Amino acid sequence: MTDSSVIQKVAGRGLPLRGDEIDTDRIIPARYMTSVTFDGLGEFAFRDARFDREGKPKDHPLNDARFKGAAVLLVGRNFGCGSSREHAPQALLRAGFRALIGVSFADIFAGNCAAIGVPAVVAAPSDVEALMAAVESDPSVEIVVDLESMKAEAGKLAVTVSIAEARRRNFLAGDWDTTATLLANSARIAETASRIPYLDGFADFPAAAGGSL
Amino acid sequence: MGKTLLDKVWQLHTVAKLPSGEDQIFVGLHLVHEVTSPQAFAMLRERGLRVARPDRTFATVDHIVPTLDSVRPLADGMAEAMFTALEDNVKRSGIELFNRGSGRQGIVHVIGPELGLTQPGMTIVCGDSHTSTHGAFGAVAFGIGTSQIRDVLATGTLALAKPRLRRILFRGVPARGVYAKDLILAVMARLGVKGGIGYAYEYSGEAVSALSMEGRLTLCNMTIEGGARCGYVNPDATTFAYLRGRPYAPSGAAWDRAVDFWKLMASDPSAVYDDEVAIDAASLEPMVTWGINPGQALGVGGRLPDPASLGEDAEVARAAYAHMGFTPGAPIKGTLIDAAFIGSCTNGRLSDLREAAAVVRGRKKSARVRALVVPGSEQVKAAAEAEGLDRIFIEAGFEWREAGCSMCLAMNPDKLRGRELCASSSNRNFIGRQGSPDGRTLLMSPAMVAAAAIAGEVADSREVLP
Repeated sequence: MTDSSVIQKVAGRGLPLRGDEIDTDRIIPARYMTSVTFDGLGEFAFRDARFDREGKPKDHPLNDARFKGAAVLLVGRNFGCGSSREHAPQALLRAGFRALIGVSFADIFAGNCAAIGVPAVVAAPSDVEALMAAVESDPSVEIVVDLESMKAEAGKLAVTVSIAEARRRNFLAGDWDTTATLLANSARIAETASRIPYLDGFADFPAAAGGSL
Repeated sequence: MGKTLLDKVWQLHTVAKLPSGEDQIFVGLHLVHEVTSPQAFAMLRERGLRVARPDRTFATVDHIVPTLDSVRPLADGMAEAMFTALEDNVKRSGIELFNRGSGRQGIVHVIGPELGLTQPGMTIVCGDSHTSTHGAFGAVAFGIGTSQIRDVLATGTLALAKPRLRRILFRGVPARGVYAKDLILAVMARLGVKGGIGYAYEYSGEAVSALSMEGRLTLCNMTIEGGARCGYVNPDATTFAYLRGRPYAPSGAAWDRAVDFWKLMASDPSAVYDDEVAIDAASLEPMVTWGINPGQALGVGGRLPDPASLGEDAEVARAAYAHMGFTPGAPIKGTLIDAAFIGSCTNGRLSDLREAAAVVRGRKKSARVRALVVPGSEQVKAAAEAEGLDRIFIEAGFEWREAGCSMCLAMNPDKLRGRELCASSSNRNFIGRQGSPDGRTLLMSPAMVAAAAIAGEVADSREVLP
């Protein structure tokens, strides 16, 4: 009932996207979200940064033929800040990116990436810069993000990366789609609900909440 | 050692420790809107799952609704499809919908509080980052993505790691003409837009105690702009007085027990925080943003900063100057504007419209400005009209619209055009946010937007307040 698979390694060519505080409105402008599905979002990733009003391509790494087909997106600080729209990582995934390496990620964005099976790992600013430089000097270099060893490698370069331990564990166990895990606790969900005072109009308060407060 | 409200709410709602190490948290209130939910309902259908707690789930339509003419079917076929999908999904699942024309429709973060759905001690989620707004009541409230909406719909719970907690202590009370919007912009200016990553915020101090519930909603609303996913104010007498008599608030014998519960959930005086930041509220002046994120803010009397002086923020500042076309060292006051927008989940409530109307009353907007007032909900609109605020705006040349998200994010016909510069009471000045890729946004309080609309340029609202 889920498509949650084990993700230990993501390998592919890189794309360096320089700049800090890149928000989700830039990743996917809201006017391209008028749809009831995520289908086709890939072509709108960074739409306004990539094309001018007449649809002419601007100078942007996503328009650079050298990086075509890249699967690992290299980004700066607080990437994905702003809106909670899952459309942002969905657009990146549909544009071919299966992992992100950044200086830091906004909380909601990082959670959305984890929930759709896209590892977003953090590296030191100098290491992200080194990876970007490596890709710029040789766009064909394969980047390997390994969640077992917590390393990202590009040719001879190897850097340490990190991710919240719970997310790492979920990728390695194939549990990043959490619905089934949560559903398995249905008896405990009911038990928890029975002690939350506002769910029964405070009828049993304070008796039911008792020791839990 | 005492406990914080975050500790208590977390503990009360914890279902289990998951194999990942995260906690499974029960969701007390799930708010749903048309943009981020249809994909989640579709995933439920694909998996043969039902909505676990339709009784704790409420929906409205806000992002895509036109504010000028919302006759169905909507002119935009894609928007109409989203509207219809929401109606179908909630009907099939037994979820209550506050639909257009019900008298209760509006921006999800405006209607939750005004209907009394939002209450202290709850866990509240919505597929919208400004869900932090509901923290004003002492709830733990945060935005989630669509896959998490699926989890909440299917199980009534979420997998979460508990954030660290930072107390933001406002010392002193703000001067006249300085509002909750200025307090939160001051937090952004101080801690930047990444300072809150991994944190929840507890707002406290004299300035916060003195705020109305609507002010507290504005304060908590923009918590996410600083990187913190949720922010809250401990519940107090102001909170309880606001809730009393609201349609979904406890009543009768339950009211007293509810107040006892709510008081119990507030942070203990001996509680310990992971971090604490103090901000002098008394010395603040009205704030204005000048760049492309809400942390790029300064007092209305200030001059634009030199990127070279901004350390690690220099590069983003240069990007901001490239987009805005401003010059370092220039005063922000006197900057010519083209558009003015009063509304949004940040500042689209009755008190916001009153503050703006107090500035506008008896004046005319500048001929160079197009000005829009968009009430946050049908209830706000009716209440404002009952006291004649609509007439004040209309006579000054502002457009008076129907409730919705409008030009805050421009997923509807309300958009900036070209390079227009907009004085806006909304929450984000991101590139392209207001619907034009080249459009530019200056965030400020509703009173400051009103003053800018009258003057045709950034002005100090305190100089025109009666």
